[in-house]
Amino acid sequence: MSDNRTGLQGPAPDERPHPDGRRNAQGIRIDPEAESEHEPRRTVFSAIVEDEPGVLSRVAGLAARRQFNIESLTVGPTTVDGHSRITMVVEEPEPGIDQIEKQLAKLKPVISVGELDDDAVRAELVLLKVRGEDPDKVHAITEMYDGRTLDAGPETITVQLSGDERKIDDAVDAFRRFGIIEIARTGQTALAHGSKKTVPGEEPGTSGEPTKPNTNTK
Amino acid sequence: MSERTAATTDPDATDGADDSTETPTEITSGSTSVVRALENAGVETAFGVQGGAIMPIYDALYHSDIRHVTMAHEQGAAHAADAYGVVRGDPGVCLATSGPGATNLVTGIADANMDSDAVLALTGQVPSDMVGSDAFQETDTTGVTAPITKHNYFASSPDTVGDTVGEAFALAAEGRPGPTLVDLPKDVSLNETDREPGPAQAPETCRARTDPADSQVEAAARAIERAEKPLLLFGGGVVKADATEVARRFATEHRIPVVTTMPGIGAMPEDHELCLSWAGMHGTGYANMAITHTDCLIAVGTRFDDRLTGGIDTFAPEAEIVHIDIDPAEISKNVHADYPVVGDAGRAIERVDAELGESPDAREWVEQCLTWKEEYPMDYAAPDNEPLKPQFVVEALDEATPDETIVTSGVGQHQMWAAQYWTFTEPRRWVSSHGLGTMGYGLPAAIGARVAAADDETVVCVDGDASFLMTIQELSVAVRENLDITVAILNNEYIGMVRQWQDAFFEGRRMAAGYDWCPQFDKLAEAFGARGWTVDSYEEVPGAIEEALAYDGPSVIDFHVDPAENVYPMVSSGGANGKFALSEDQL
Repeated sequence: MSDNRTGLQGPAPDERPHPDGRRNAQGIRIDPEAESEHEPRRTVFSAIVEDEPGVLSRVAGLAARRQFNIESLTVGPTTVDGHSRITMVVEEPEPGIDQIEKQLAKLKPVISVGELDDDAVRAELVLLKVRGEDPDKVHAITEMYDGRTLDAGPETITVQLSGDERKIDDAVDAFRRFGIIEIARTGQTALAHGSKKTVPGEEPGTSGEPTKPNTNTK
Repeated sequence: MSERTAATTDPDATDGADDSTETPTEITSGSTSVVRALENAGVETAFGVQGGAIMPIYDALYHSDIRHVTMAHEQGAAHAADAYGVVRGDPGVCLATSGPGATNLVTGIADANMDSDAVLALTGQVPSDMVGSDAFQETDTTGVTAPITKHNYFASSPDTVGDTVGEAFALAAEGRPGPTLVDLPKDVSLNETDREPGPAQAPETCRARTDPADSQVEAAARAIERAEKPLLLFGGGVVKADATEVARRFATEHRIPVVTTMPGIGAMPEDHELCLSWAGMHGTGYANMAITHTDCLIAVGTRFDDRLTGGIDTFAPEAEIVHIDIDPAEISKNVHADYPVVGDAGRAIERVDAELGESPDAREWVEQCLTWKEEYPMDYAAPDNEPLKPQFVVEALDEATPDETIVTSGVGQHQMWAAQYWTFTEPRRWVSSHGLGTMGYGLPAAIGARVAAADDETVVCVDGDASFLMTIQELSVAVRENLDITVAILNNEYIGMVRQWQDAFFEGRRMAAGYDWCPQFDKLAEAFGARGWTVDSYEEVPGAIEEALAYDGPSVIDFHVDPAENVYPMVSSGGANGKFALSEDQL
């Protein structure tokens, strides 16, 4: 060849001008006046999905591979045959929450998805199995939390409680004194407050089998 | 879509099939319904490998005019389909049997997924009643491929399988393209049906928004108007949306400099004054300077991959970002978009253009970018006392081939040199594995590209010794089909990018990086029935290239290049684009 090729030229890295600006870990330009790092936030997503094989695994797999932090996930039928509602509690910093919603929306079986407002109505159900040595006191605490006794024997008592997350947390704490043997929590499920639509996709009255009213709450 | 599509989707045409020169497949079973769905979608070519569970589909193809290219390995089929789709602009189709056939497709499907390439994969499956029993050649294919497809389908009935295949094909091309898969249990393929597949449509839940919202367009236009250092960043989305013409017009009318991503290569002619070539880890110094100093980055159809951005903290740190993308999930995924515009690339650029009151005043900025071009020229040293330089080979190939030559590559140093030193002027000519970085992509991609390209177009595969060895068996396919492909191996007897990193970051411990045990590729090529050359010196380069290009069939030139040559400029992993190193001592 020849020596007329000189190779790469130009000022070395330290000799170049470099801007002062920076971005934070979420790719947002840092404003020195009002620097903000988003703290993780806990929120609830509701999604209407086509009830096809593998839909739950697609949602769960998406969350796992994109490292979304899921606190709980519930699924059940809706007013429309073939449509299910998934309710998901997540805890993420702000851009992550936005990503979860958008990535869920991309899944083919997801018909609609939305984040619930703070005033959404939320509840979960818990079954608690405690030692049966002190049935009267167990009964009293159960009453206090509007619970029901499902099963009582000389060894164990199993009660059912429902309500929002804080109530359940408090109740579980209250039952600890009896010695909790086993616990099963469903995780939160939720609907938007009042006449507000949670997410599009339910069609009341169009289905052969509407969701059965919840008979457990009262 | 071809005329053939129009003919076969017209119900009158199918009713009057006897009069037609092309007889559509008669529907008697699930498999014939699948093939009819492919015909209806305008599929002309499929790439695949036979096997037990997919046999009924192949039997139906026997009666179809769809050309089937038998590949040596299913991975090759997926890459060939991918490249076919890149060159043609509509989804490539690949077929494989159950179990190992399907798992061999996985790398190719993952590759297509990372590069948003439209591919439809059809896989055989064990009969429905044996699914879940760990039957012979059973794999949970939909389970395995769920994370790497836009969506996949498990066909459940011969009556609907044609509709499913049509939907999967349409979905692959809808909005942001990507791979889809239909798993076909053998009984579904074999069982009887006479049901005609309906018109192929993407599922309602996956329809993309193509026309952006007025408010987004307006906000983006205002940001661009007030910019003093605007910079366009064209990603692969510009090519995929066939928005090249609109994008180029926008850049030249408003005098805004352009950088591209690697998949966006060809969106702007690289010999154009305003084109700064591609940015990122091994991009040009001037592209990385521009992206570091812009005050308004107008990014179109890009997902801000880490090889482009380097460290997020120092990426375009002074820029407001206008992000045009058809996938809303890409907005603010890696880099916060100050002005998101969700829609089709071409449509969005047109809308922003119409909304712009005046071009940004960026004369000084353009001058600055042109100065950087002179300050940091792309060049390599080639002293007489050193072996043949790989960059010279790339330039010589570019010189010897027509402007619109299609170039495929494997992954590694050779890929970077090909992208750096080939001057691309048109879209869909650079066909490579970007996001997944799949070594071995080059040869099967060249086969797919060759089948897709017009006869008078030239197809070159720039490959590395290690990459070529990974899918070398596909050379048998190129020979069997007499495909006119020129493979140029930049053979440095190393898995070179690893060797470069070992020298730079692992104190020169070249563990498992030496490939001096590679076979003699020219002789191997001849053994396959292709032509082979070995080149050791600058003097032999032009002659070998001329002979290989002149040969009407697959040819392989084994260029023995300088094993010590490194790829620069280089932005270290997670580093600042503006601090690109020009040599190892600057890292």
